[in-house]
Amino acid sequence: MNRRWLFLLPVLAFAGIAVFLGIGLTHDPSKLPSALLDKPVPRFELPGLDGADLDGEGLSSADLADGEPVLVNIFASWCVPCRVEHPYINALAEEGIRVVGINYKDKPEDARAWLAGLGNPYTLIGSDRDGRAGIEWGVYGVPETFVIDGSGTIRYKHVGPVQERDLRNAIRPVLEEIGR
Amino acid sequence: MRAIVALIIMLLAAVPSLAGVTPDEILDDPALEERARSLGRELRCLVCQNQSIDDSDADLARDLRILVRERLESGDSDQQVRDYLVARYGEFVLLKPPVQASTWLLWAGPFALLLAGAVGVGTFMRRHPVGMTEPSPLSNDERARLQQLDIDKA
Repeated sequence: MNRRWLFLLPVLAFAGIAVFLGIGLTHDPSKLPSALLDKPVPRFELPGLDGADLDGEGLSSADLADGEPVLVNIFASWCVPCRVEHPYINALAEEGIRVVGINYKDKPEDARAWLAGLGNPYTLIGSDRDGRAGIEWGVYGVPETFVIDGSGTIRYKHVGPVQERDLRNAIRPVLEEIGR
Repeated sequence: MRAIVALIIMLLAAVPSLAGVTPDEILDDPALEERARSLGRELRCLVCQNQSIDDSDADLARDLRILVRERLESGDSDQQVRDYLVARYGEFVLLKPPVQASTWLLWAGPFALLLAGAVGVGTFMRRHPVGMTEPSPLSNDERARLQQLDIDKA
C-alpha cells in the first residue's frame, strides 16, 4: 500500500459519516413507516356518530373491501391540524372519491358540531371513543390518512395534515394507480 | 438561597410522581403487574418517541399500558404482546431493536470498530516498539560532524 495516501483515510471517513448523517437530517423523525402497508385493513367495528347526516351505521372492516378504493381519514374535533387538512378532504369527496372517517377519541356531539361547521366529506363515520380501533390501525397521532384499494389492502399512509403537495406527490398518484 | 435549594429539592422529589403508570392501571396480581412493567419499559411511546410507555404521560402511552395489561390478563405471553404491537406499529415500537438481518450493523458495528481500532493500534505498536528500537548508527557525515563539534568544544 502506498502510505502517501494514508492521510486521506480520515478525510474519507469524515466524508462518509457526513453524508450518512446528512441524509438522516432530511428525514422527519415524527413520520414512521407504517407496519400495515400492503397489508389488509385491520379488523374493527365501530358504531356511528348518532345523529350525524349519514346512515348512522358506523364503520367496520367489511365496508373497506367492497371493490372500490377508499380513503380512510382519522380525525378528531380536538385536533387542530385536522382543521387545516379538512378543506382538502372535502375537496376530494366533492371530486367523487369515497372518503370514510374514523373519529378518534372524541365525543360524538363534538364531532357532529365540528362536521356541521366545516362540512362532512365522509360517507361513513366510525366513532372510536376509546381509541382501540386506532391502535389496530397503528395510529399514533391524528390526523392520519390511509389509501385503501378495492381489495381492502392498505396502499399508502399519510401522517399529519394532508396538504396540497401530499395530494400531488403521493395520494393522487396512489389513487390513480389503484384505478380511481 | 435556602428557599431556592428547598425549591429544587421539592421539585426533584416531585419527579418520580410524574412517571406514567397511574394507580388505577395497576393490576391486582403482582406477578402480572411485574411482567407488564418490564414490558412497558421496553415499549416505545410513539408520540414522544424517546420515552417508554411506562415513563410517558401521553394518552396513547396510557392506552397501550392498559392494552398490555389486558392481553397479559387474557393469557398472552410477553412475546405475544410484543408481536401484537409490532404488527401494528412496526419494530420502532421496541426500544431495544431485535438482532436480525437489517440491524446487524447496529449491533455489531461498535464491536467491529473496536476490533479495527485494536488491530490498528497493534500494528502500529509492532512497527514502533516503545523503548526497544536500536537507534540507527550514525552515518559517516554525522560522525565527522560530531568529531568537528567535539574539537570545537575543546
